Amino acid sequence: MAELGNSGGGGGKKNGKVRSKKSDPRVDLTAMVDLAFLLITFFMLTTSLSKPQSMDLGLPDKEDKDEPEKDIKVDQRRTMTIIMGDKDRVKWYHGLLEAPEVNGKPTNAVYGKNGLRKEILSRVVSIPQTTGNKDKGLIVIIKPSKKSTYKNLVDVLDEMAICKVPTYAIVNDISPEEKLLIEEMNK
Amino acid sequence: MAKVKMSKKSTSIDMTAMCDVAFLLLTFFILTATAKVPEPLPVDTPSSTVQTKLPETDLATLTVGKSDGKEQVFFGVKGKEIRMATLDYVAQKYKVSFTENERLQFSLIDEFGVPVEGLKELLKLKSADRSKKGVQSGIPMDSLNNQLQDWIQYARKANIDINQKELQFAIKGDAKEEYPQIKKVMDILQNQKINSFNLVTGLRGKDY
Repeated sequence: MAELGNSGGGGGKKNGKVRSKKSDPRVDLTAMVDLAFLLITFFMLTTSLSKPQSMDLGLPDKEDKDEPEKDIKVDQRRTMTIIMGDKDRVKWYHGLLEAPEVNGKPTNAVYGKNGLRKEILSRVVSIPQTTGNKDKGLIVIIKPSKKSTYKNLVDVLDEMAICKVPTYAIVNDISPEEKLLIEEMNK
Repeated sequence: MAKVKMSKKSTSIDMTAMCDVAFLLLTFFILTATAKVPEPLPVDTPSSTVQTKLPETDLATLTVGKSDGKEQVFFGVKGKEIRMATLDYVAQKYKVSFTENERLQFSLIDEFGVPVEGLKELLKLKSADRSKKGVQSGIPMDSLNNQLQDWIQYARKANIDINQKELQFAIKGDAKEEYPQIKKVMDILQNQKINSFNLVTGLRGKDY
């Protein structure tokens, strides 16, 4: 490939004189261009990918302590509660804990495609049908226990984004009954 | 007999122009690429499928992580001028004075995690030494000495002074961090009526 040197018939002997060889000034640049493009690709990809991703999170206003607490009543048919335990364990129930909806008893689940997502997706579809109003969709209540990790929280919030859950909230007060559930799960 | 000779075409092409363009682009990308600064508190962010990018300006980052078995919070604001103005406010509140050189040094730090009292010591160090383990111990954030809250408050003030914009907050937490620790940071933000913020995450594969 590299053609540094004589380009054919340049340096024959004529009249007995020794002519200095005329060297071709061209260099084969293929390898150099290859390398340059490789580096370009590398820098292009790394510059755009290294920007950190982020997830928006809006929390409700914190209520002042002196104000009387307002309980917001929601239709229990619409609420699904997800309780996060330690070691990536998670439990959910649909409706009220005392009186769960059909197929909504507290159940252990796993994070990801085949676990939590199936349950959420089926309810995203089914709840507007039971309430008969497409504005009244699923409400997910996320209850992270003390032992759950930040990764679990992001995973659940990610599920909310993937399943396009219309309403969800992170709730920090865990009732005694739910505490029992967590203890049972963490065993 | 005259033979018809096939003219042999040379297979080599002139690459000079292509090479020029390639290197021009290469130079451009190298120059625009932002060099990765070593983080004083390296954290392993959890991944998500959401693809919103963080804003480049008007952003403060709260890094929550663990180092040497201790929970630590580091704080950083984007923008040199805002950093300086924030430092001035904090210096006023804690009655510490910083020299012009120290202010300049501080404006170059992306993220730090020392109590205000230890800030002068930190600024004396070379930038390479600052990210060494054990040098920075995290910003105090308990109820008796809540310096983190002051940093947040003054950074917001400084940002409004300079950019006339509300500062955005991003929480960059380690995946293994337990929820109460993250909640503590969220509570500090919420106490100042910051109810919406970003969680920094990595990118997850499509088939998750």
